[in-house]
Amino acid sequence: MSLPPRIVSIGTRFRRLAPLLAALLLASCSAAPSRHAPHPPLRWGGDAEGGAPFVEADPADPSRVRGFDVEIAGMIARGLGREPQFAQVAWASIEASVERGDFEVGMSGVEDRPELRARHAVSLPYFEFREVLAVRPGDRPRFRRLSDLAGRRVATLGGTTAYQMLLDEQARSGLVPVSYDDDVHPYADLVAGRVDAVLLDNIIADRSLRRTGGFVIQPEAAATGHYVAVFARSRTALRDSADAVLRARMRDGSLEKTFRAWGVWDDGQARYFRRVLAQATQRTASTKSVAGSVAAYVPALLRAAGVTLVLSCLAMALAVAAGLTVAAGRVYGPPLVRAALTVYVEVMRGTPVLLQLFVIYYGLSGLVRLPAFAAAVLGLGLNYAAYESEIYRAALEAIPRSQLEAGRTLGLSEGQILRLIRGPQALRLALAPMTNDFVALLKDSSLVSVITVVELTKQTAIFATNIGSWTLPGILCSLVYLAFSLPLSRFARGLERRWSSA
Amino acid sequence: MSDALEVRGLQVAHGEKRVLRGIDLQVAPGEVCVLMGLSGAGKSTVLRSIGALQPFSAGTITVGDFRLSPGPLPRESRLRGLRSRVGMVFQAHSLFEHLTALENVTLAPVHALRWTRERAEEVALALLDGLGVAARAGAYPRELSGGEAQRVAIARALAPNPTMLLMDEPTSALDPARRGALGETLCGLARQGRGLLISTHDVDFARAHADRVVVLSEGVLVEEGPAADVLDRPSHAATRELLRGPGEAAPGSGIKG
Repeated sequence: MSLPPRIVSIGTRFRRLAPLLAALLLASCSAAPSRHAPHPPLRWGGDAEGGAPFVEADPADPSRVRGFDVEIAGMIARGLGREPQFAQVAWASIEASVERGDFEVGMSGVEDRPELRARHAVSLPYFEFREVLAVRPGDRPRFRRLSDLAGRRVATLGGTTAYQMLLDEQARSGLVPVSYDDDVHPYADLVAGRVDAVLLDNIIADRSLRRTGGFVIQPEAAATGHYVAVFARSRTALRDSADAVLRARMRDGSLEKTFRAWGVWDDGQARYFRRVLAQATQRTASTKSVAGSVAAYVPALLRAAGVTLVLSCLAMALAVAAGLTVAAGRVYGPPLVRAALTVYVEVMRGTPVLLQLFVIYYGLSGLVRLPAFAAAVLGLGLNYAAYESEIYRAALEAIPRSQLEAGRTLGLSEGQILRLIRGPQALRLALAPMTNDFVALLKDSSLVSVITVVELTKQTAIFATNIGSWTLPGILCSLVYLAFSLPLSRFARGLERRWSSA
Repeated sequence: MSDALEVRGLQVAHGEKRVLRGIDLQVAPGEVCVLMGLSGAGKSTVLRSIGALQPFSAGTITVGDFRLSPGPLPRESRLRGLRSRVGMVFQAHSLFEHLTALENVTLAPVHALRWTRERAEEVALALLDGLGVAARAGAYPRELSGGEAQRVAIARALAPNPTMLLMDEPTSALDPARRGALGETLCGLARQGRGLLISTHDVDFARAHADRVVVLSEGVLVEEGPAADVLDRPSHAATRELLRGPGEAAPGSGIKG
């Protein structure tokens, strides 16, 4: 299992292009008929953003990919008398894509779990990993296992076995799971003190320790898991052939050689291989039904819906307050204030809110270490304030000047004119666009999952990954969003009607 | 008692353009003074200067014992003496659209003069009644006819009991029958001792209701006197042009519109 840092730096973005390019090049090469391979190539999908040792763009030739998953895919393909052909796919979409038939095999640190087996054909687990706990060096004696972390924030990748383990532990001991979209920031935030531990695969933990350091890995594994190749549910014959190839490569030592080459071989792995080869087949029966999974997720979805609603309301309150201030400054303020506020509005409207969230949460963490939820409210609120201020400014300027002058000739002060004449009428004009913005904000609040806030869309995605289907989670999630936005639109329409008929 | 309004040497310039070039004007208590002139002659600028809605570059404006000086507009807090003496009715009545007729009238007494709501409503209803629109007290501006809206606007301007009432083109949106009724109303207000300064280019209205007519042309006061004298025996070309009515302006007169 490995998910990439989504948008960590510009460099990452460029790296992201490489595998796409690779896929294109490979596709164009394979278009030429080959005399040596009578069978069509075996298309396999993986995520090069996940990086080494799973799948990464080859630094020497970015049009190619490398990693132990790449080599194993090659072994399976050649074992079947075919050539491997790589297709880039986002890690979270591997299972859905393989079922759609985008490729025949999905591999990229795909975790074996009951839900996967219930919905797809799954290969022999070819690698055993350990879920390990990373903590700051000072915490080594007191945070040895998950049960030591009651009330503490523990980070991991969303949609993984580790995340499920944290949720289970939350129910038991009140630990606080924090879900990330990538596997770099959990460790960065551990070192920065935003979380108290990280639970992830030992491979990822080791990699982060080498790259960034500043933490220690507890020796005791919280659990073990396995990487598997995933096939469409109907492709059991292909799966069985692939299993035969994998078992043969375990026996002849090729797999061990590959894992050694990528530095992930250890005694536990050797014991695991011996165990597998001793058994004829190893099948884990699906223990969890889909209906059971749905029922189990409903409380989490409701909680996430609450987060979305509270977050949106707070962000909107901030946007309205700041928007009013900015609009008043732009209409009434001296030239310098007007110019500064114009810059604010243009910058906030002209740059992606995603970038602003990153800057507030990660960029400013050297100055102020905001909790994720506060950063989310601040980011969304300040961004929407720019839009709100434009609505209020336009509404204020739409009130005829002669009404303001009438107010002055009647002896009302500027403040009274704003409060009694201009403001109330502007508010009525602003109501419809404000409602629009609030509905947009409700939906934009899904962006804050990039800074570890688990809101409705993120929880739905976790849910969908877990049960391997988007249908039911998608419908449930849409219903909740509609349940928020429809009454709001009705309320606004009603208010408008009352004001226009009053 | 001194003049309700006295304007001396009033000059207004917009950049290079001299809009008013030294106007002298008096309006006595109880007098209906009509300010005439073609569009662009400077009528509205005179009214806006007196109402302290725009600065003037030279001259003085005196209302009772309150004096406005040239230069930037004073702060509103220093204009109280003017605001309590001068009421203003705008061309497009400019009622506050979100308030009822009654609320339009009571807004300033309650918030600027700090009257109790009861007293403000009592005065407002009496004013609306006197102007024949008491029945419309609960109506919003968009529900009023042009004539009704104007009467509400007059009531609003009269609520603080000013000694001077300024009106900009009050007849422009009214049919002839309503113009007559408005004239009667305004003369009634003058009989209560108020000075009225009304800008218009409606010659019939001026002939019927003005005590005195002042003619403005290109920022200069060109003729002044009793309505009958000025309108029946005009001595200035601008006045004669005004009397010919709209659409008959002499070619090359150099006056817009």
